[in-house]
Order: sequence, then C-alpha cells, then structure tokens
Amino acid sequence: MKSAVMKPCMNRQLKNYTSFGQSVRHSLTMAYRGLLKIRRTPEQLFDVTLQPIIFTLMFTYIFGGAISGDVQSYLPVIIPGILVQTVITTSIVTGVQLREDMDKGVFDRFKSLPIARIAPLAGALLADTVRYTIATVLTFAIGYIMGYRPDGGLENVAIAALLVIFCSWSISWIFAFFGVIARTASSVQGISMIVLFPLTFLSNAFVPVKTMPDWLQWFVNINPISHLVSAVRELANSGTVGWDLVISLIGAVVIVAIFAPITVRAYMRRT
Amino acid sequence: MNHVNKGQMAPDNGDWAVEAHGLVKVFGENRAVDGVNLNVRTGTIYGVLGPNGAGKTTTIRMLATLLRPDAGSARVFGYDAVKESQIVRQLIGVTGQYASVDESLSATENLVIFSRLLGLGRAEARRKSEELLEEFGLTEAAKRPLKNFSGGMRRRLDLAASLIAQPPLIFLDEPTTGLDPRTRAQMWDTIRRLVKTGSTVLLTTQYLEEADQLADRIAVIDHGRVVAEGTVDELKASVGTSSLQLRVQNMQDLEIARLTVEQVLNIQSAVSDEAGKITAPMANTDKVTDLLIALREAGIRLTEMSVQKPTLDEVFLTITGHGVKEDSSPESFESNKEEVTI
Repeated sequence: MKSAVMKPCMNRQLKNYTSFGQSVRHSLTMAYRGLLKIRRTPEQLFDVTLQPIIFTLMFTYIFGGAISGDVQSYLPVIIPGILVQTVITTSIVTGVQLREDMDKGVFDRFKSLPIARIAPLAGALLADTVRYTIATVLTFAIGYIMGYRPDGGLENVAIAALLVIFCSWSISWIFAFFGVIARTASSVQGISMIVLFPLTFLSNAFVPVKTMPDWLQWFVNINPISHLVSAVRELANSGTVGWDLVISLIGAVVIVAIFAPITVRAYMRRT
Repeated sequence: MNHVNKGQMAPDNGDWAVEAHGLVKVFGENRAVDGVNLNVRTGTIYGVLGPNGAGKTTTIRMLATLLRPDAGSARVFGYDAVKESQIVRQLIGVTGQYASVDESLSATENLVIFSRLLGLGRAEARRKSEELLEEFGLTEAAKRPLKNFSGGMRRRLDLAASLIAQPPLIFLDEPTTGLDPRTRAQMWDTIRRLVKTGSTVLLTTQYLEEADQLADRIAVIDHGRVVAEGTVDELKASVGTSSLQLRVQNMQDLEIARLTVEQVLNIQSAVSDEAGKITAPMANTDKVTDLLIALREAGIRLTEMSVQKPTLDEVFLTITGHGVKEDSSPESFESNKEEVTI
C-alpha cells in the first residue's frame, strides 16, 4: 500500500472555500467527463443529428409555398427559425440527462469531494454545447443543400451560430433547474416541453407576425425567442447587428444570473 | 492498532477522528437517525453494526457531509461537518453502499477524473491512477468499461477512488455486502492494510463476523439509536459465547451425557428431553476434544454435533430484547453459522 499511505491533517493546507480559478478548473474537468460520456455512447447524439434534418426538410416543404410563395424565398425565414427552435429543444435533453446522472452513485462521490459545488452542473451544461454545435452546423448545412445562400456571409453566419449556442446554453440552466428539483427524468421532459412548446411556436420562427391576431402579436413580440430569431435573421441574411442581438444577449445573461444560483442551491439541498 | 503512526498524527483536537453528538435526521414521519453519539479514535477501525434500515447509512452520510443533520453536531478531526464542510471533505474518503463510480467510463478514466478534481496535474493524475489500479489488482481491466466489472472489482475501484487524496479518515458503507466469501476476505485484507498506514476507518456492516474481524470498537445501532457500544470483546461478552449442541442417539444416555458435558466443560447445560438435545455454552474450544473422547469412553453415541456462533439476531435479542426486523437479509445470519455434523 505504498501510494495509499495517508497524509496526516497537519501537513495539509485546509481551506473552507473554493477559489474562482479552482471552480473553473473543476467545471472544465467535469465537462471533460461529459465529453467522454458522449464519446462512449454516441447513440445519445441521434436526436441532435436527425431532428435538424427532418424538421428543416419538413417545415420548409410544407410551409414554404403557403407562406412565402415558394420554397426558395422561404429559406431565409425558416432556416434561422428552425435553427433556434431545434437547438433550444435540444437543451431540454441536458436537464433530462442531468436528472438521470444525479440518480447514479457517482454524484455522491462528487458531493463528497472538496470541489466547487457548481462544477458537476456547469460541466454537464458545458459539455452539451457540443450537441448544440452539431445541431447548428447540420441545420445550416441542410439549408445550404436546399439552396439557402445567406447574404451575411460565412463570418456572420458563424457569429449567428455562436449566438444561438450561447443562448441555448443559458436556457439549459432552466432545464437543469427542473432536472435538479424533479423526481424523475420523464417529468423533466414533460415540464420542459410544456414550457418550450408554446415559446418556440408562439414566435416569429415559422410564420410572419403580421398574419396573427393582435392579442397574439403582442405576446409574440415580447417573446425572447422572437428576438433571438430576428437577431439570427439579421446576422445571417444581411450581416447587420441590431437591438434584437443585444436583447437576446441580455436575456441570456439574466437567465444564467437567476437560474445558475438557484439550481446550485437546489442541488446542494437535495439528499 | 492505536500505536501505529501516532507520532505523525496530531489532529488539532487531540485523538478523535469523529465526534458526533445527538445526531438526528428525520425523513417525513420516520426518525431515521434519532440522537446518535459516536466517538472514533484516530488510527482505529470503528464498526457500526445494525440491520437494514437501522440508520447506519444515514449516519455515515451526515458525517461525510452528504446530508445535513436536523439536530446535533458532527465533527471530523475537530472540524464541523456542516459549517466547515469543505475542509472536512478534504480529510475524508467515502465509499458508498452502491459503487460511486461512473458506469459508462473505464476504470482509468474514472480515477483520472477524480484525481484531476482533487487538484492533481494531468501527468500526476495518470500516474496516480496507474498506481492505484496496480495496487488493487485492476490493471488488466483498466481500459474496459465498468459495465463488465464484477461486484468485487467495482468495490475495489470504488475504494481506490476514495484513496486518491490519501485521506486520514475513510468511510466504508457496507463494504462487503453482496460479495462472495473470497472477495470479502480480500476486501478485509485491504481494509486492514489501510489502517496500518495510519488511516482511520469507519465502516458499517450487517455482519457480526465482519465487525468482529475488523473493528477495534463497535456501536450497535437500531431504530436510529446506538443501543450498545464497546470493544468487540465487551460486546461478545454481553452476548455470550458460541454454544455447543449435541444430540444423543439413545434417550437413556441423555442424563449421563449431560453430566459428562458439565463435568468436562465445567459449566451448566440445558437439555430438551423430547429431541434428546443438549445445549452448552462453549467457553473453551480446546475442551471439546476432551468431551468427545469422554463421551466415547462412556459408550454414548451421538447423532449430531454442531457449534452455533452468536448471530446478529442474538446480539439484538440480548441488547434490545427484540430480534432483527423481518426485512433484513437472511444471509447475514447464515454466514455466521458454522455447522459441523458428524
């Protein structure tokens, strides 16, 4: 037992807090764990691979003629819309998987280690940005194959992609919160869908707002999803940066500022 | 084992690795832990013995900062488990009842991640993991996913993970439950070696034999309370020794057999007439040979001879006045029972 020789207390430097640098390092290690898990179980990536392909094809060909006259001129409208819808829906899985993960014994070990309390959560959420990236790239790729040529250029498309990934990561904190407080993984899925379904459909993602009744327009216009979709459209289609981008970013930061602390607190309180 | 490494061990509070006073945890209506007091001396193995649902795991989880006590205080090497939890976590290793390792990753990946979380560098983490795998005989299986690991291998990996930071206090929650006898003996050896290096071990168990084999002191816990505490010998003395059971072939011999037993063993025995059975406490095992020879010389033929060790059931009966509850696993009694039939 040479390496298991224990180190007595007095030789240790003991601190009752974790520094910011340590918290970041712990979170990155936990993100590495998340990536390893994705690599070990690639079947987890089915949803982020298939959903963008199926949804993009389906929505474009079903609604294209009715809304924009033809499929070609619907593409600049629908691709940003479907992108936001798909990637944000993907972030529900983060909450579901977190719930499943937390039921396993390994989380007991994480809790008993002298690491930042936020690390197991932040790490899991960070690793999932890989999923959002896959979904984003696939949506743009399918759009390109169908004839979508964004006028904003590759650079602005890349910025738009980063914006969507960042906002989805922020929103995933909401689902992480549900994941921590819910009793089962399937209930996380249920609650999250109920929240997200109206949010993504009662927006400007698929249909021009002008065609909706007034009372609905009011909601659609304040819906943060609409702002995010508009920001992506502006960036990708014309390369312009407007208020929608700023509002989206502020919204994302506010979500993290609220949900990260309450999620960590709920996580620590759980038995 | 108290003397081992005492020179270098000098925790701030003198000699106590764990001090718990009046710990309480209530789940709904159920007082899972109801005022537990525990004091564990540094460098010893302390056993918490009790049936399923007695509150063993809940107690350990509170001491290991995984659960917040509803009342009472818990100190680890003098540090408060609630207020100074992050310090306590730097001094303990926890091996849970169910393996607390990542199922979807390999053994190496598990240990490397835990090492990195504990602040080891990349190369250092890899070296440490290899070392521990080697020590626990897992090198060959290091790259395989844990799904294919046997229960014993999983427990060993779990224990290895608890030792990365070389903690001075290790919690083992039922370390051998569900293991086969050979793997159990290996686990015991590992735990003994651990204490030789100076660590303190607090383990829970359902098996009287395990506590007997490993622990310096034992607390018997039932319905969330400590019902008995002391050294293994003290506890055994309170329960009584193993008993010898003899069955004679001819009922006429019963009385002579009983006299022979009492003469040779120098004790009182109990006789049940219908079955022709004699039960006697077996204080001195050596004398059993003399007894058997004496019985043969007297021409008394036996149909059966068995030795019954005290079981957890009897410990409970003696201490609490009631037996172990129904839901505890039956194998815990059988493992303590050795029968020799002639």
